[in-house]
Amino acid sequence: MKRKHYITLSGLCLALLISCTKVDKAETNASSNLHNNTPLGQASVVDEDSDLNILQVAISSADHSTLVAAVQAAGIEHILVNAGPLTVFAPVNSAFDALPAGTVDNLLKPENKAQLASILTLHAAPGSYDKEGLIKSAQKGRKLYMATGDYLDVTLDGEDVLVNGAKVLATIQTSNGIINVVDQVFLPKNK
Amino acid sequence: MKLKTQILSLITFITTLILFSSCVNNSNQQGALGGSAAEKVYVAPGEHDEFYAFLSGGYSGNLTVYGLPSGRLFKEIPVFSQFATNGYGYSEETTPMLNTSYGFVPWDDLHHPDISQTKGEIDGRWIFVNGNNTPRIARVSLSTFETEEIIEVPNSAGNHSSSFVTENTEYVVAGTRFSVPIPQRDMSIKDYKSNFKGAISFIKVDQETGRMNIEFQIILPGFNYDLAHPGRGKSHGWMFFSTYNTEEASTLLEVNASQNDKDYIAAINWKKAEEYMRAGKFTEMDTEYAHNVYDEHTHTATSTMMKKVKVLDPAELPGLVYFLPTPKSPHGVDVDPSGEYIIGNGKLSASLTAHSFTNMINAINNEDFSGEEYGIPVINYDASVSGVVEGAGLGPLHTEFDGKGNAYTTFFISSEVVKWKLGSWEVIDRKPTYYSVGHIMIPGGNSGKPFGKYAIAMNKITKDRYLPTGPELEHSAQLYDISGEKMELLLDFPTHGEPHYAAGAPADLIKPNSKKFYKLEDNKHPYSVQNEGETKVERDGNVVHIYMSTIRSHFSPDNIEGIKVGDIVYFHVTNLEQDFDVPHGMAMIGANTSELLIMPGQTKSFRWDPKKVGVWPFYCTDFCSALHQEMQGYVRVSPKDSNIKLSWMLDGE
Repeated sequence: MKRKHYITLSGLCLALLISCTKVDKAETNASSNLHNNTPLGQASVVDEDSDLNILQVAISSADHSTLVAAVQAAGIEHILVNAGPLTVFAPVNSAFDALPAGTVDNLLKPENKAQLASILTLHAAPGSYDKEGLIKSAQKGRKLYMATGDYLDVTLDGEDVLVNGAKVLATIQTSNGIINVVDQVFLPKNK
Repeated sequence: MKLKTQILSLITFITTLILFSSCVNNSNQQGALGGSAAEKVYVAPGEHDEFYAFLSGGYSGNLTVYGLPSGRLFKEIPVFSQFATNGYGYSEETTPMLNTSYGFVPWDDLHHPDISQTKGEIDGRWIFVNGNNTPRIARVSLSTFETEEIIEVPNSAGNHSSSFVTENTEYVVAGTRFSVPIPQRDMSIKDYKSNFKGAISFIKVDQETGRMNIEFQIILPGFNYDLAHPGRGKSHGWMFFSTYNTEEASTLLEVNASQNDKDYIAAINWKKAEEYMRAGKFTEMDTEYAHNVYDEHTHTATSTMMKKVKVLDPAELPGLVYFLPTPKSPHGVDVDPSGEYIIGNGKLSASLTAHSFTNMINAINNEDFSGEEYGIPVINYDASVSGVVEGAGLGPLHTEFDGKGNAYTTFFISSEVVKWKLGSWEVIDRKPTYYSVGHIMIPGGNSGKPFGKYAIAMNKITKDRYLPTGPELEHSAQLYDISGEKMELLLDFPTHGEPHYAAGAPADLIKPNSKKFYKLEDNKHPYSVQNEGETKVERDGNVVHIYMSTIRSHFSPDNIEGIKVGDIVYFHVTNLEQDFDVPHGMAMIGANTSELLIMPGQTKSFRWDPKKVGVWPFYCTDFCSALHQEMQGYVRVSPKDSNIKLSWMLDGE
């Protein structure tokens, strides 16, 4: 009985939705994209010829699946395909795993979208900083200005470069900027 | 069980109702929105657009004229670049327009159009534009839609914080992007810091003729001066310039010019500058710059080389310049219609900074300074700032206003236009752009009276927006309806060159003044003719002048003999038509130049060096009439030592 009602309910809704969509389509036709909830952005550009951009490289890296999921949840994919110049510090999956239990799941909730976007933006610097550039910054005592407006420390530990205390594991040049793979997630300091 | 069933039925019923009503609402709304997007930009055949939009052509060197809301392109006005389409920069009359102290420079990078203003409102007399590369300011007539004047800017390099007019077009300003040694000299680049300087020029505009004259320059520290906007209303008499590279770096600026947490907005009190000028507190320095003027009656430009410029030193002249600390390399500096708020768009920042003019004046009166730069007071940041639009987007570049208390800022990195409220600094709406927007323009948006109906976002990246045309794409623009609480994307259209800023005006402000043709009786060109009877050919040594006329559908003369190899032949062609939209064209086989496109009542000339013996045709390039294909002629070219007499005729006469 219960199930039957549910079926009726969903059936009705579905029918309504379909008819609703049909009406919309007929009326909007030329401008259907405009009223879509997720308007197409630069990340939707189909281009199989160009070198991979920051987003595409991250997606292709198995060790960054948490980061990619977070970027998608925060809805900031389009920023990572921008002309930049951008340098992204990309924490590996184990860096997210090292956060207190439940942190990532909590951030991935829709209601925390803004907070998640802000944390991820703290991982992007407007400018081009490969490992050599970071070493130079460390040697000259320059701080790294991040897209959030925060400044992060760049230091050297023997052969290693540390950004905000996180070790740079690798540097990858992409078509629209640089990815520095790091072993820790940057968290905003309490202001 | 029964109860549960009833409840479930009720829920089903209510849900259905809600869904149905929301669907109806939704579809109504969608229908209205979706249908109206097309309707709102549809200008029926024969109808006119509501607004003119003048988009800079960037590296095309030209200014383009569009209609809004249709997005239709009406005209490309050549300014800083040769334009073979009509002979601008090729014809004898217009080559002086492109003269500079470096010689003939046939190209530039046109950035920021600004329409002349009276009492803080756009008045539709002229539009000023800047050439970025070889610093120049041009004035374009909004009656003839032709470039009437170009003045070179000395002591300047990368003329980027230009060409913005004051409230009554008293001045058009030009600020240098690159600081340079002033005067130029041979020195090590390593000694940039404190030795390079940035010149800001105030160019006086004659209110009758529009003629420009560099009244004075203010020599500022060696920063990069990026953009400018005028004070208006209460802040009339001030001009605001954004700066970056206050680090005074000369290499790898992408890193080295991004070190300081704050750069400055330079607030210049130009009324104070006028006082100092009257008091003789200037220095006159030797320099060299070209001043090129096009005369509408002789249809000819002249170029004059100027040798002196008056400069003011703000370190010696108190009250002339103040610096307002502004976060992260501000790009655009925009002043709201009331003149109270000065908005800094820190391009590396996520926020916008609004300085208050009232606060600034109080800080100056209280000497609330945090320091100085080369003798120029730096106002305490907290003293002048009135508000911050926090976390509005990534990479803010430019802001325009709708005159209803709202501001619209473009964000390059997050690729969006964000609407926010002046005073409360809250974000109201955001819409994506496709992709990576630079400037935004609301007609009258840089004035005391914006027409807040439409905004155009001009983008830097096009990618997949249109049918692909190989690697090189025109830049995209998007038109938004901004009349409601939320912005609505209406239209997407390609632009020409690379639009930077643009200016717009209601059509009615400009349309009635648009010239239909030039009066022949006013034509004072030295080689013009008033009728076919005056056409002739004259020889002076090996130089031959052909006084030629055009009228539908023939040239006069159209048969010319007695020209010899080695001659220098000038065709001076007067279009005798006195009718709207009847241009004639003129092209000569083998001429090492462009065609001429001659408007009714106008005279244009080109030079032809005949190199080969023979009989050579010329023709009209503009399909002027049904007998356009009959509009042609011949020139007989004889050997250098020939005795053939100079003769010309039309139909045996």
